[in-house]
Amino acid sequence: MSSAISSQLRTPGTWLAVAGFVVIGGAGLALPQWQFLVSVALSKGIVALGLALLLRTGLASFGQALFFAVGAYCVGLGMNDYGLTELFALLAISMLVSAALAFVLGFLLARYRDIFFAMLTLALSMICYGLLLNNVELGGSDGFNVNAPTLGSSAEPWQLTGTNLFAVGLIAAIVCVMGVALYMRSTPGRLGPAIKDNEIRVEYLGTSARANIHLTYVIAGALAGLGGALQAFNIGHIDPDMAFWTTSGEFVFIAVLSGTRFAFSPFIGALLLEVARAMAYRYAPNTWQIVMGAIMLAIIAFLPGGLTSLGLGRRKPAAAHPVTQTKTATDAA
Amino acid sequence: MSQIYAVLVDGVMYAAWLFLVALGLTLVYGVLKILNMAHGSLYALGAYAGVTLIGPWVAQGGNLYVSYLLLVLAAIVAGGAIGFIMERGILKRFYGQDPVVLLLVTYALFLIMEDAIKLVWGVDPYTVSEPYSFLGNFDLGDLSYPNYNFLIVGVALVAGIGLTAFLKFTRSGRLLRAVIHDREVSQAMGIRVSRYFVVTFMAGAVLAAIGGALTAPTVSVAPGMGVEIVVLTFAVVVIGGLGSLPGAAFGALLVGLVRASAVHYWPQGELFSIYIVMALVLAVRPKGIFAPLEARKI
Repeated sequence: MSSAISSQLRTPGTWLAVAGFVVIGGAGLALPQWQFLVSVALSKGIVALGLALLLRTGLASFGQALFFAVGAYCVGLGMNDYGLTELFALLAISMLVSAALAFVLGFLLARYRDIFFAMLTLALSMICYGLLLNNVELGGSDGFNVNAPTLGSSAEPWQLTGTNLFAVGLIAAIVCVMGVALYMRSTPGRLGPAIKDNEIRVEYLGTSARANIHLTYVIAGALAGLGGALQAFNIGHIDPDMAFWTTSGEFVFIAVLSGTRFAFSPFIGALLLEVARAMAYRYAPNTWQIVMGAIMLAIIAFLPGGLTSLGLGRRKPAAAHPVTQTKTATDAA
Repeated sequence: MSQIYAVLVDGVMYAAWLFLVALGLTLVYGVLKILNMAHGSLYALGAYAGVTLIGPWVAQGGNLYVSYLLLVLAAIVAGGAIGFIMERGILKRFYGQDPVVLLLVTYALFLIMEDAIKLVWGVDPYTVSEPYSFLGNFDLGDLSYPNYNFLIVGVALVAGIGLTAFLKFTRSGRLLRAVIHDREVSQAMGIRVSRYFVVTFMAGAVLAAIGGALTAPTVSVAPGMGVEIVVLTFAVVVIGGLGSLPGAAFGALLVGLVRASAVHYWPQGELFSIYIVMALVLAVRPKGIFAPLEARKI
């Protein structure tokens, strides 16, 4: 058993993840002025990680911001209304509440595909946005501030700020990547791309596509909740814009840019996006979305598998779906 | 009692405006099977083009009746040109791929358009309200409405009826319906499908731009106006059934009335009542209320 796992771990994806996290961790520890930026990228990467799982299954959720906001508001409410500051408790609550919400919504959403899935997830997150915007107890449109979380239950708990908080984000990201990498190799994980390819075939193999999509959606929801909780700590402030559809769009952007080949992929996209944004704010505040949009078009056109489909490990799979390819040929004629 | 009238009139006016913008979105989906996220940007583009043309015209004391024509003219030119560039330059290359891929392509176009508009027009708001106040008000009982809103209702009716008549009675309209029904067979029958695609996309873009141009005098035209309307028009066309003209009309009316009722009876619910309706409709009828039947291909 253990040898099987260790042989499975010696793949390009593992090396990529190890190298990536060493670089990210090194950069964050050595360059304190980059810590905030990298922390934000890690939180968004965790959200995009869940979205990547959905994209592997052929589903684009334009509503991951719903769980992102729910996770963040769990932290805010836990702190402000219940005086809870314990890091692990807050992270666990955020993940559990998001997962529970995703589980309930999943009964509805697992029936939908393509555009209808995207639209319904978008509608649900906009309902959440409207609720948060109108709820005075939750801070209305201004939102509210979030304090630093603490670790340890002694009389003087440890306040997590700066480098400590960065380390929390890094560890959370590593754990998530490991978990998702293992999931992607498990039977339900392998069913994702199969459903994308041909759902009927999956059903004939004797398993339920709907149940698998439901499971994937719950995992993606929990990850987005975790990302939202971490983001609340990073920024120290939460507001309804976390649930707005453009926030979801950003996560979709990260996932598409990165590709879905490896569990680590989304962090490459998230990091690039944050660096690009930081540069853009300084040099080109009004044109950076043009650059982003153009990059996204180029990726979709030339690298359908995302950035991580570039020359890592075996070349073959990623874009080659015989069914869609023949369709393209006839339709483009 | 007057509150019910107020809800009805407000609802219908809002619905007409929504319908005008959503019409192009559902038309483009019906023909090209693309859910265009950049539709809101085309709407904003129309608004900017409109104020750019009538701003100096109004400032020089030009005839205000002509300003309405200028608004529409600006929208047709701007929407048509950018629609042509988008379809021929970019969308054309992605036909036949997954609907989700095309959704992402239009999302990228949306990002590009948002900044392109800021580059051309800057980030300061533009306000040209003369055409709005010029038409005066209309008294309905003890309520007073700007006549300009009736103008938008009129334009929406003309656009809706015109498009329906075009599809039903003209030769090109019938051919277009054939393309909608079955792209491949139409092509085999000698219909120039790609030409219908580009013209339809341009028409959709022009409709969005006209919606924006006619809205321009009633608001201050500023960055972000396209972001707000994207999801709103999505709600309308998804409720009605993507690609269905009567569906878009029904969806707009439903959203308009729900929003107007919310404004009058439950102000906090204004924003999300619309999405609750959308989620409820989708939960019961996954493809919307008037979803066109699709022939099963084997």
